[in-house]
Amino acid sequence: MTDPRLAPTDRVVIIGAGHGGVQMAHSLRENGLQGPIVLLDQEAGLPYHRPPLSKSVLEASVAPEPPLLRAEAFYSSHEITVRRDTPAVRLDRHRRLVHLATGVPEPYDHVVLATGSRARSLPVPGIHLGGVAQVRTLSDAVALRALLVQPGQRVAVVGGGYIGLEVAAAASGLGHHVTVIEGAGRLLARSVSPEVSDCVLRFHADRGCRVELNSSVVAFTGDAGIVRAVELASGESVPADLVVVGVGGIANSELAVEAGLQCCEVTHGIVVDDWLRTGDTSVSAIGDCATFPSRFADGQIRLESVQNAVDQARYAAARLIHGSHEPYNKVPWFWTDQADLKVQSVGVARREESRVVLGSATSTEFSVLRFHHDFLVAVDSVNRPADHMAARRILSGGRRPTPAVARRPGFELKAFLLSA
Amino acid sequence: MSKVTYLTEVAHTVIDIEPGTSLMAAAVANAIDGIFGECGGNAMCATCHVFVEEGPFTALPPISDAEEEMLDCTAAPRRPNSRLSCQIPATSELDGLVVRIAEEQL
Repeated sequence: MTDPRLAPTDRVVIIGAGHGGVQMAHSLRENGLQGPIVLLDQEAGLPYHRPPLSKSVLEASVAPEPPLLRAEAFYSSHEITVRRDTPAVRLDRHRRLVHLATGVPEPYDHVVLATGSRARSLPVPGIHLGGVAQVRTLSDAVALRALLVQPGQRVAVVGGGYIGLEVAAAASGLGHHVTVIEGAGRLLARSVSPEVSDCVLRFHADRGCRVELNSSVVAFTGDAGIVRAVELASGESVPADLVVVGVGGIANSELAVEAGLQCCEVTHGIVVDDWLRTGDTSVSAIGDCATFPSRFADGQIRLESVQNAVDQARYAAARLIHGSHEPYNKVPWFWTDQADLKVQSVGVARREESRVVLGSATSTEFSVLRFHHDFLVAVDSVNRPADHMAARRILSGGRRPTPAVARRPGFELKAFLLSA
Repeated sequence: MSKVTYLTEVAHTVIDIEPGTSLMAAAVANAIDGIFGECGGNAMCATCHVFVEEGPFTALPPISDAEEEMLDCTAAPRRPNSRLSCQIPATSELDGLVVRIAEEQL
C-alpha cells in the first residue's frame, strides 16, 4: 500500500458517534495522532452503548442512566471534541469540508464515515399512529420503557430478528401479553441456523409469547390516533395496545452517495476495499454503514454489530497512522440476550449444506456447526459461551473441523482448538 | 463510593466507583487501557479480564456459570484469581480492591 499516512498534526473529522465513531477517536489518539479530532454526534447526549437499549434499558425499574460509552472526562482528557446535536448534511470532498446543519463547516485532512444505520420503516398505513414504536436511539428506548411500565398490555412486536425478540423477552418479563409477527418461516432467519430458530421459538412460547410466522403486516389500525390492532395479510387482526417495529436496518449512506462515493446497490452500504478505504484516500468508512470484502462471507458484506464497528475502527485508525499491508480480517461475531437465553454466533453462513449439532437441539444448551462444502463457516451457540469463544479462535485461525470430525462422539470445540 | 485500583505494567489508577457500577464499566468510562468490555457487560466477550490481587476477596460476588465458562476462554490464561470485571458490581464492601488487568484481552 502506498497511501499517504496521516501526518501527526492532521485534523480528523468523524461523522457519527456510535460504537465505531467513538472507538475511532480513541484509537487515533492511542496510535499517536496529535492533531484535532472532531466527533460529530447527531444526538444531544454523550455517546452510549446501543445493545442495552432493547434489553436492560427497557427493564429498568427507575428511569435508567444512559449507558455511556466513555465518561465525559474521557473526551476532554483525550482532546476529542464532541459536537453534540450536530448532524452532518454534506461532504465536500474538493474543499475537504463537512457541512453541518447549523454553523461553520468542519475542515478535515481525513474524514471517517461512521454514520451507522437506521431502523427500517414499514411502508404500511397506520405506521405513524401513536403507540407504534421503534428502538434505535436512547430516546426511543427511554420512551418505550415508559410505555411498558403499566403491565398487562397487549404488545405486538413486528419482526422476529434480534431487536424484536429482545424487546419481546423484555416485554413478556415485564408482564405484558406479547405477540411476535415475523414474515419469514422461522425466527432470526437471517442470522442463525434452523435449530437455534426452533429453540428460540420454544423459549418465547414457553414464556407465554405468541409467535406468528410467515405473517406480513398490511396495516396498523387504531382510533383517536392510537394503535389498536395489527392487520395481517392473512386477514387476521392482532389486537395491540402497543406495537414495536424491528424489521432491520438501512445503511446511512446518503452523505457518501451525494459526495459521489460508490455505494453498493444490494446492501446500500458505502463500498470500501480490503483496507476499509473508499475511492477517496481522504475518506474512510467503518461499521454499519460500510460494505466491505470479507473472506468470511466469500464476498462483499455489510454487518450491523458492535464487534464489526469496534474492530473496523481499531483497524482503520492503526492503518491511517502506521500504514498496513494486512487487509482487515476480523472474524464477525454477534450475540443476543433474551431473558436467560444467550445466543452467540460467529462467522457468516450465506450458504450451507450441512450442520452438526453439539449437545441436544431440544435443550437450551447446544451449539450448531454450519458447513459450506465441508468447510466450517459459522457456529451458533445457545447458552454455551465456551463453545462460542473456541469457535471464534477456530474461525480466526487456520485449522477447522470437517463435518466428519465434528460428528465423532465426544467432539468438543475447545478440545479441537487445543489440539490444533 | 468504593475505591478500586487498576494495575497494568505501566500504570496504577484509582477510581471511585458508584455502588452498582461494574468494575468493567468504571474502567471503560475512565478510559483505562486494557479493559475493552466489548459486549457491554454481558459476560459474552471476555475482554474485561482482571486478576484480583489485593483487598476484600470475600466480598466479591460468586462466579456464575456463564462467567466460569468465559474465564476458561480468556486471551490471557486463567489464573486462580481471574475474574471478568463486568461481573463485579462495586459495593462499599469492595472498597480497597486491587485488580491487575490481563495483558491480552482480544
